[in-house]
Order: sequence, then structure tokens, then C-alpha cells
Amino acid sequence: MARISLDRLAHSYRPDPQGPQDYALKEVHHVWSQGGAYALLGPSGCGKTTLLNIISGLVRPTRGRILFDERDVTDLPTEARNIAQVFQFPVVYDTMTVRENLAFPLKNRGVPRETTARRVEEIAALLGLNPVLGRKARNLTADMKQKISLGRGLVRPDVAAILFDEPLTVIDPHLKWQLRSTLKELHRTLDLTMIYVTHDQTEALTFADKVVVMHDGAVVQTGTPEELFARPAHTFVGHFIGSPGMNVLPAWVEGRTAFVEGQAIALEHAYPALPQGQRIELGIRPEFVRLAPGGTGLPVRVRRVDDIGRARIARVEMAGRPLAASVPEALDLIGEEASLVLDPHHIHIYADGHIVAGEAAR
Amino acid sequence: MKLELDHVGKAVGAEHHIRDVSLTLERGSLNVLLGPTLSGKTSLMRLMAGLDAPTSGRIVLGGQDVTGVPVQRRSVAMVYQQFINYPSLSVYENIASPLRVAGLKRAEIEARVREAVDLLKLGPYLDRKPLNLSGGQQQRTAIARALVKRADLVLLDEPLANLDYKLREELREELPRIFAASGAIFVYATTEPQEALLLGGNTATLSQGRVTQFGPTPQVYRRPQDLISAQVFSDPPLNTLQATKRGGTVSLSTGGEARAGGAFASAPDGTYTVGFRAHHLSLDPLSPEAIALPATVSVSEIAGSESFVHLDVGRHRFVALVPGVRRLEPGTRIVAHLDPARVFLFDQGGAMAAPPLAQAA
Repeated sequence: MARISLDRLAHSYRPDPQGPQDYALKEVHHVWSQGGAYALLGPSGCGKTTLLNIISGLVRPTRGRILFDERDVTDLPTEARNIAQVFQFPVVYDTMTVRENLAFPLKNRGVPRETTARRVEEIAALLGLNPVLGRKARNLTADMKQKISLGRGLVRPDVAAILFDEPLTVIDPHLKWQLRSTLKELHRTLDLTMIYVTHDQTEALTFADKVVVMHDGAVVQTGTPEELFARPAHTFVGHFIGSPGMNVLPAWVEGRTAFVEGQAIALEHAYPALPQGQRIELGIRPEFVRLAPGGTGLPVRVRRVDDIGRARIARVEMAGRPLAASVPEALDLIGEEASLVLDPHHIHIYADGHIVAGEAAR
Repeated sequence: MKLELDHVGKAVGAEHHIRDVSLTLERGSLNVLLGPTLSGKTSLMRLMAGLDAPTSGRIVLGGQDVTGVPVQRRSVAMVYQQFINYPSLSVYENIASPLRVAGLKRAEIEARVREAVDLLKLGPYLDRKPLNLSGGQQQRTAIARALVKRADLVLLDEPLANLDYKLREELREELPRIFAASGAIFVYATTEPQEALLLGGNTATLSQGRVTQFGPTPQVYRRPQDLISAQVFSDPPLNTLQATKRGGTVSLSTGGEARAGGAFASAPDGTYTVGFRAHHLSLDPLSPEAIALPATVSVSEIAGSESFVHLDVGRHRFVALVPGVRRLEPGTRIVAHLDPARVFLFDQGGAMAAPPLAQAA
């Protein structure tokens, strides 16, 4: 069990890093509480795997320290860190039975046979592996094998944290649901710190209490799933989280009005402190932009309407700029002319990508 | 030019990889093969391509029987899940390679490559080597190479599976336009229902080597003809329970009884499997006819704008997809509501028993 502190960590794969552009991981300073469920979310190359490898001990950071509780583990090898790891592809001995697979890490450490047997039963029960304990791992499905990988990590009694690196990539959609709830239940039962690396927003948001969004080697926002959705601190977070992502439009702001392509949009707040000379943008999620018949709001041209099963999403153009909007169930569109109604409560203003707090109305 | 599969089967020893598949794919159409791993998507594509020969049935392309004709002698292009490019060739040369092999004139090669490059937005990267590209650009290159051949049949086997979520979203949005511009017969395999919906076109649902349904994608999604097709085309997984209707009442395998409203109203007395998607199970009584299901929360997952709530109802485990943030502690007792107008009723053989009501699914 451990609280994990990232103490001014930074990493460059170059021997002589000069500027920030040489760092795969720019300075991170965070404390992850014992028992928390965290996700590291971002696209390929954002630095999330570098950070995970530093935590697991595969990479020694160029700068900074990493602490498990009060213990500095920066220079400790992976084996000495008491962490369990689950990778994209299951790590399983195909010729062994599930029981032998689970017992293997204990057998290697010379744990007495009865203790091992008891522990294997416990972990198998947690993961729902009891019915297959006697079977060879070879013929099991990918999700079962992934559970075995996880079980082999958990079977040791001194596990401080579990690190997951894209663990559901090779699992079919139907089984992902089951495996995800298994992970959730496990997290509750075991009170372990869990860190889950993924590029998939649904996996990150549904798994974690706190999601750390990374972009270009830096942490751009850490927050609960609600926070990331309701108030993206950076336009990247708005874009990356949500399907489709947040609409981001160049704007200029005057009092409580924003102007986008010459169209006035009412705001809930004024932004007197907007920095000079920076790129000003307006952001609003498609969920809060409603398509309406022509004439009632901002005029747009409808390019197409996507039917995603449980909802319809309109792809529209406002003065040539693409936007996504939600389509109310009752609305039947005829032709391309329509308009948008924006909910002012969910409009955010950004300067050079960073959110700017508005001033409450007096 | 159309591709016809006429009672096509493929057996390897005692194992049937493909069973009795009949499909007609039209020129210029996009056809999604949707099914879980090992449902037969890749096997079926290999038969279509001529990489494998069927053990029964016929394959007819443009009126010509091509059963058993090997891939080299067919007009086929394939794109795989792994990005396959020549590492030592530039993006331009990668795309041009099949045309050079075919011995086309320089001007023709140039014209075709430019066209594909524009379509796939690869203009800025033509001189780069594939390994200096992002995964999305590598896969665009592979798709462009498949398109320049102007093959009659283009097969894409989970082409976006190895890409980041956001890149996948981006390419998925562009693909229908790219396909429409080409005029070939496209076949696209995926395990993800959401991907099939976004691509549109036609969808064939696959299970255990069989095509269970084929038709326009939204229709297969909204009007599955049997339980297995509905299951293949649902993510989160389709919730199911058993219900027996007698007169104006239905008794449910979750325990309890309900008034026979919605889809039950016109169904004859009997026992049904009731299937319903996660977004049709609500935590609020949205319809006066809604069936109340007392439930215990097992896990709730917050996905930003919506929440997945896993519920234990009797001996059943259901998933509800509800709008907003619903943070419910495990063990919380709540009442879930099911609108009977939005359920599918399947008979005991798994066939759709009553056509779903208009607004269903």
C-alpha cells in the first residue's frame, strides 16, 4: 500500500537536454493518495508511458524523485518496488495451468506451499478464475488471460500499487465491460493504489476517480471525470475528451458578448482580464449546442447528421467553420439551413489554450 | 460490378470457419462485417479476396465465377490492422508501388498518387519514411496504396484498431467520403458496434462463422431480426430477461409482474426473451408505462457527460446508460425503469417475435 509522490519529475531520452522541447516528460509534481484510482490519459507520444515507466522503475528520471510513502524509490529496480503490472498483451505461461500461473511468483520466492495455495484461491475468487484453475492457460480467451496476468501481480501479499498499461486493447468490446467492472470491484475490495494508462477516454473516465490528462509531455489537467467534462482547463482537454470533442472557435470578447465570425454570442460572464496579444477562443461542447430550425439562433449550414444509435449529432458549418451540435429527438430537418442555440452556462473562454475565469455578473 | 457470395462455406478439418454465407455487395457500397473476435470476419474476407478457397458454395464477381481463383488474378486490395508499408520507401513511393509493379506510365502513376494523397491528406508527408509518421499517417498511407490500384474490391480488416481513440474518430469520419469517391466495393471488418453505426452503409452481423443479418446499418441496429444479431450490435452488451405474457400481465424473470404495455400489448401469450439496450434502462420513470425494476447498484462508472450504472436485478446483471453524473455507491438500492415500448421481444428460438415499435432502440 502506498501513497505515490512525483517530486519534480522530468525526463529526457537525450543525454544532454537543452530546452523543454528535449523533454519527453516535462516537470510533473503530484501526490497520488494511497488507495486512489488514477488514469493517465493522452495520445501516443504524450509522455504517459514514460511516466508509467518511471513509476515502475523501468526508466530512471533525468530529474526529480519518486517516493512510495516516505521511501525514495528513484534508484530502486522494478523488483524492489512491490508493484504489480498489467500490460497490453497478457503475460501468461501457456503450458501451465491457471493455478500454476498464479502460484508462480510465490513459488519463486519460496513461500510455503499451504500459504501459496490459500493465496491463489483468494485471488482466483476475486477475479472469478476459480472455475478454470485446473485448466491450461493456452486455450483461454484474451480477457481470461488478462485476468491471470493481473492475478499473478496481485498474488504477492506486499503489493503497493498496480500499474495498468492499456490493458483492454486486445479485449473485445463485450468483454471489456465485464473486465472493467471486475477492476472496479477489485479496487474497492483491495484498497490499492491503481494507475491506468490509456488513450481511450471512456476507459480512463470510467475507471478513475482522478484523470491526469497529458499532452506533449506535460500534464494539462488533473480532475474528476465530471470536471474534465464540465470545465476543460485547456482546449486540448476539451478536444480529447468527449465524442465528438468540444467545439473551439476563434473569438473576440467585448463585455458579456463574444463575437465568432461576426456573430454575437451571449456570455454568462464578462472577461475584463483577458490577456492582450493572446489567441482568444470560445469553447462549448456539442452536448450544449442544440440544433434548431432556421431563424431562431446562429445561422448554420448542415453538412450531415450522424446517427450514433442513442443520439443524433449534426455536423454543421458556421461561416465555413465546422461545428458539432446535438439534434433533439423531435426535430426533423428539411434542407441545409438551420441554426444553433448555445447554452451560455457551458461556454468557456480560452486564451492561448488555457481557460480564463469569467467575472460574475453584478 | 457486384460481388456475390452464394452459400459459401469454409471448413478446415472438422471445424467450420464460415457457414453457409450468402451476400450480395453492390459496386460503390460500404459493407461492414461486425462481430466479436473469431466470429469469422477475417475468414470471410480471405474468401472474398481469394486468399483462401471456399469448401462449398460459389463466389461471383461482376458476373464471373471466381471461386478458387487466387488473389493474384483478382482485382483486390487489402488493408490490415497492423500498418504495413515498405520501411525503406518514402510515402510517395509506398503509394506508387503497386502501380510501378503493374508497369503503369509515369504520368498515370503521378496522377493517381496525387489523387489518393489529396483524398487522404498526405500532401505534407510525401518525402518521409513510414517510421517517421504517426500511426494515423502510416495507416493513411496503407489506405492510399490500396486505393490507387483502383481494385474492384477493397477489404479493410479492423484498420483503425491500432490507432489512438481520437485518431480513430478522425479517420472514421473521413472514410465514408473516401469510400464514396472511389466507387469500389468496400468491406470493412470491426468488433465495435459504434464504429459500424458511424460508418453507415450496410452491416452484416457475424456470429460463429455465420452472417446472422445483412442490411442498411441503421436498420440492422434498430430492427435486429434475432437475439444474436441484437447482441452483436449492442455496446454496452444487450440486457436480457425472460418474460411470460398471460392476458394483460407479464411476469418477469427479475421477479414481479407488470402490465403488458408497449411491445407486450400486441404480442400473443407466451414466453419471450426481452432484449433492451443500456440507454433504454432509466433511473427515472420517463414513461407512464415504464416497468419498475427494484435493483442494487453493483458499480457506477462516470463517463463525463453520462454514467454507466451496473445493476443487479434478481439474478440478472444489467447496464444502464444514463445522462449526467450519477455517482451511486455499490450496494445502493434503487428502482430502474424500463420503457416497454423500447424493448425487443424474441421467441424461445431467438427470432424476433414482434416487430419493435417505431421509436424502439
